[in-house]
Amino acid sequence: MARNNTLKLKFDSARKYAPAPESRSAAKIKDQYELFINGKFEKPLGKKYFDTINPATEEKLSRIAEANEADVDKAVKAARSAFGVWSKMVPKERGKYIFRIARMVQERARELAIVETLDGGKPIRESRDFDIPVVGNHFFYYAGWADKLEYAFPNRNVQPLGVAGQIIPWNFPLLMAAWKIAPALATGNTVVLKPAETTPLTALLLAEIIQEADLPPGVVNIITGAGATGAAIVNHPDINKIAFTGSTDVGKIIQRAIAGTGKKATLELGGKAANIIFDDAPIDQAVEGVINGIFFNQGHVCCAGSRLYVQESVYKEVVRKLKDRLETLIVGDPMDKNTDIGAINSKQQLDQINKYLKIGVKEGAEMYQSSVDLPKKGFFCRPTIFTNVAQSNRISQEEIFGPVLTIQTFRTDDEVIEKANNTPYGLSAGVWTDKGSKIFNMTIKLRAGVVWANTFNQFDPTSPFGGYKESGYGREGGLHGLGAYVTLSNVV
Amino acid sequence: MAAATIAVPDFSLSPRVDQVGIEERAARFTKRSIKKETKINGLLLTLNMIDLTTLEGKDSEGKVKQMCYKAKHLLDIYPGLPTVAAVCVYPSMVKTAKKAVEGSGVKVASVATGFPSGQAPHKVKIADTKFAVAQGADEVDMVISRGKFLEGEYNFVFDEIASIKEACGDTRLKVILETGELVTFDKVRKASDIAMYAGADFIKTSTGKVTPAATMPVTLVMLEAIRDFYYKTGKMIGMKPAGGISKSKLALHYLVMLNEILGEEWMNNKWFRFGASSLANDVLMQLMKEKTGVYQGRDYFSLD
Repeated sequence: MARNNTLKLKFDSARKYAPAPESRSAAKIKDQYELFINGKFEKPLGKKYFDTINPATEEKLSRIAEANEADVDKAVKAARSAFGVWSKMVPKERGKYIFRIARMVQERARELAIVETLDGGKPIRESRDFDIPVVGNHFFYYAGWADKLEYAFPNRNVQPLGVAGQIIPWNFPLLMAAWKIAPALATGNTVVLKPAETTPLTALLLAEIIQEADLPPGVVNIITGAGATGAAIVNHPDINKIAFTGSTDVGKIIQRAIAGTGKKATLELGGKAANIIFDDAPIDQAVEGVINGIFFNQGHVCCAGSRLYVQESVYKEVVRKLKDRLETLIVGDPMDKNTDIGAINSKQQLDQINKYLKIGVKEGAEMYQSSVDLPKKGFFCRPTIFTNVAQSNRISQEEIFGPVLTIQTFRTDDEVIEKANNTPYGLSAGVWTDKGSKIFNMTIKLRAGVVWANTFNQFDPTSPFGGYKESGYGREGGLHGLGAYVTLSNVV
Repeated sequence: MAAATIAVPDFSLSPRVDQVGIEERAARFTKRSIKKETKINGLLLTLNMIDLTTLEGKDSEGKVKQMCYKAKHLLDIYPGLPTVAAVCVYPSMVKTAKKAVEGSGVKVASVATGFPSGQAPHKVKIADTKFAVAQGADEVDMVISRGKFLEGEYNFVFDEIASIKEACGDTRLKVILETGELVTFDKVRKASDIAMYAGADFIKTSTGKVTPAATMPVTLVMLEAIRDFYYKTGKMIGMKPAGGISKSKLALHYLVMLNEILGEEWMNNKWFRFGASSLANDVLMQLMKEKTGVYQGRDYFSLD
């Protein structure tokens, strides 16, 4: 009879399902996309284009217009002139337009999911079951607020800010566009939005939807480009508010750039979330929560639970179960309906992750990766866990933004609170315990914008989201999300 | 290795189960898209894991004989089909069933211990079990005393299972928890632990007489208990969800769950069974669809 510690379950068959690919032909991608300015698709004044590729195959998907300063200026002017119409429109009518966008997103959900997966590399299961449905929900939710602002802010006079410049990341391309656009429109602002250069396609499909929904020209402008385009938006003098989701480094640059200009800002930046398992936790569900917390969207999630803290008495059991579960994760073609972990978004990001894997090994941490075979082409990374990690290791301090989990142990509640808070970030945290009172004790003491209890990575349009410290400021979602797009004065 | 050498844990410390988490995890298995050869293999395996069941007051020898014929000949126009794993009957029908399936490899399982309520004196339960074994049953499906379990009399439940196991001798024992009467996942987990440590060879969800019968989350709780038991003792335990599984697609979801929780060593009818009566025909219908490209009407598949 084999002894406990050498026993191993065999999962070779668990990854060998026959291919079940989503049909690519259900979505049409044009050869070339222009800038969406003032309700029309316009060629870039600089006549420059860049390619967007499929990170799972490295094949070119389309050519995308690159907006220069003059294009940005055109877009901001369009937004400014539309602001007059949009901010004075009867709120109920504004709501109708947003409801229309929500319905059209739902109608075109399959197509949007396919394009999101092709352009960004995330598994079709996630874009189909998470990203696109939540996009629809977000527009529906804020559409409902459009004519109820006086109830959101009772006894206050609510005014929109003006033109919002919005810059969004590549990890949830369409969802971040929805997070930004929906509350801005509901409160009567107009928008210039720039998607990330590696994932512009779904935002451009959203531009088509907005055009078809017959929004007044210039209310939403979607322009594409890289960092220089983003800088031109941030520095444009006629912008009233910057909403940015992305890296902490860029967030700091933006903050410096707008200092003293009177522009308002919400910044949603990096994270290094602690996920904490106590010994009285429902272990199997906690393990599953940890897996979803770090491997969801290849770990390209700012609130990913990348630092796992396990109470010492259950450490061995948790690690064994994590390794078991790792073996059943299917890594590969994002378009296959059975894929759990898709492609890393770009070569650059894959290099970044691999750099940290090397650092981790060099720091003396023990690296464990699943035995899954990776596709020959495209950017892929095995799900990875590091044990024997110290609080002072770089892999447990810096944001890796990939499928990499570090595991540390702790003994007491106070110790884990101190360790969990010992980070420059503060976006999210997770607590796993069967004891209600412990949950409340932890949520009070953890300095993080969102604390999940016995679950992780749950998002809802009605719930505010945002960070502490270097994770940024301002809240998106829910009632709080409206507050970021209005000025309030007392009713006289 | 005898059960006696395994240290019996304190069952009040059985792991807790989070309801939201377990339901989410169970739902995740249903997202797997099972196609082509994986689907056909899964359907054939499903047939081979079925305990074809008749447990009614009106069961007669004629009914049992016909069901046994079906167990051996699921659909003769489809060459190469497996038989089902077993037929499951009342003790009084074991002899008839045993004779009817002779030589086919199909096993005979008998319910016992005052099935389905388990509300019989201990002596009667032992006698019921011994009778089934003496009649030739290959497997015994017992029910636990849910009343005693809910009273917190875990030692009573443990001792009862152990004594039935003793009465079974070499006959494999399936222990029915009747999860629909235990209600919470925490209790299902605790009952699973008690049954396995007391000597169960299989743990089984339901009698089929109580609603809800088997569900994916309840089965998942039991599979996770089996995994923990295996890690602690090195002993494999079988799983049998019973009742409420009548469609092929659902059966394939269960196999995905088994495959990803316990792995390939459990993927055979020694370690996994479906307690079902109407599932077989739906699987046959799907297999014929895969073969011919068109669905056939229900009347092209024999009732039993």
